[in-house]
Amino acid sequence: MAILDKHTILEKNVMLLAIVSFLVVSIGGIVQIAPLFWLENTIEDVEGMRPYSPLELTGRDIYLREGCYVCHSQMIRPMRDEVERYGNYSLAAESKYDHPFQWGSKRTGPDLARVGGRYSDAWHVDHLSNPQAVVPESIMPKYGFLKDRLITPENIEDRLRTDRMVGVPYTEEMIANAKADFKAQADPDADTEGLLTRYPKAQVRNFDTAAGISEMDAMIAYLQMLGTLVDFSTFTPDVSR
Amino acid sequence: MAKKPKQDKQEVSTTGHTWDGIEEFDNPLPRWWLWVFYATIVWGIWYVIAYPAWPLVNGATAGYKGWSTRGQLEERMTEADAANAEINAKLASAELTEIPDDPELNAYAVSAGGAVFRTWCAQCHGSGAAGVQAGGYPNLLDDDWLWGGTLDDIHYTIANGIRNDEDPDARWSQMPAFGDILDSESIDRVVNYVMSFSGEPRDAAAASAGEEIFLNNCAACHGDAGGGDIYQGAPNLADAIWLYGGEYETIRETVTNARFGIMPPMGGADLSEAETRAVAVYVHQLGGGM
Repeated sequence: MAILDKHTILEKNVMLLAIVSFLVVSIGGIVQIAPLFWLENTIEDVEGMRPYSPLELTGRDIYLREGCYVCHSQMIRPMRDEVERYGNYSLAAESKYDHPFQWGSKRTGPDLARVGGRYSDAWHVDHLSNPQAVVPESIMPKYGFLKDRLITPENIEDRLRTDRMVGVPYTEEMIANAKADFKAQADPDADTEGLLTRYPKAQVRNFDTAAGISEMDAMIAYLQMLGTLVDFSTFTPDVSR
Repeated sequence: MAKKPKQDKQEVSTTGHTWDGIEEFDNPLPRWWLWVFYATIVWGIWYVIAYPAWPLVNGATAGYKGWSTRGQLEERMTEADAANAEINAKLASAELTEIPDDPELNAYAVSAGGAVFRTWCAQCHGSGAAGVQAGGYPNLLDDDWLWGGTLDDIHYTIANGIRNDEDPDARWSQMPAFGDILDSESIDRVVNYVMSFSGEPRDAAAASAGEEIFLNNCAACHGDAGGGDIYQGAPNLADAIWLYGGEYETIRETVTNARFGIMPPMGGADLSEAETRAVAVYVHQLGGGM
């Protein structure tokens, strides 16, 4: 009982108790948090991942603004029913440029981690404008106003810089061309060579077929790229992870 | 006055704590409880050795059973694939048109195809396959087919899609926007003429004046009598079944700006050959298959 007797020193000295409590809690924190920076399954390097293009990033900001994440997760779990329905399970690397990430443990609508390319742009316009027109049993609200809100890439350089501050590898070249890339991605007649070099697999077209770049264009550009960057016909995740 | 604590015949010693006259017996723990407690400790040690447990620097200890969530998924997928492997192979290799004649294969294809349909097709064509006229998503329950309603036709459409950029073999045709070609009066006449195929035109005089315009501009694809052409995906205009709607305004919109309905390809990356065939058989048996 000799060592337990020394406990009375802690019990009688509030400052010492605070310091030692902090040390004990820190050990717990370090054991749980620190390995995440080195664990191979959380830092798995996957071919094909790239930062969001300026238009996709704007669409993503609209997605967050409208609270889509309240009903839709972007995380396919490694379970057979989910893989059969949504596609390959999500990899940690696929959300590495997400700030904040869109994982979730509750779904009211379906998971959207691999919704890209699954439906036509016209379907997305119809569905976002009036979900019940295409899916009568849906309880999703209507987002038709996105079509009417034209957007300009005023602050897009700063937006990219902000993401760079938290670790997204936007280059100087990407930031310098952000405005041009933003416009080019929604313009099927634009010169997109630079855009496609900077953002491989970026999809270029007038997404909502209406004149001008609206929030609808940005939103569909974002939705259509979700989960399409990693090519699972050439990349096989390590099963042991 | 505190009552003296009740005691068994056998004297049990106390722990020695006394506070305000209250004492604590030092009874032994119940045997069954103690043994369960020891068993959980042993089980805990086994669990830590058997399964991934301790976080180290680059990964957790793997555990001797080598279990992982990804590994478990792969096992379950393989198991399910193996259970259906035989019938899927039969489905993928059978002559497509003969599938409905084989009761066992047909039952499997319809049931599997229904699951595929509800996952991949229902968002546009509706969970009951009745389509959405407002969006131009075709009804699959009737016997009016844009690109053909035989099993082979349906299978090709599902595998390659329609007017998409992803698949070079996608079905493709494009109606010109006649707003750029015809003047407003001519469009009015041809719309009335088209309406007269299957019902009453809005303006009978305009309809008869529209015949020549129809024959010159529309008949090459839609046929002289408006019967359509499944080889070009040109809809039948004479059967009172409308893809986007049969009211004057809707037909006028279609003629003026044309339509360009897209269907993504489902074969290849998304669906296996057996799944594509299953959903083709499912759609074919919905009522409209030819």
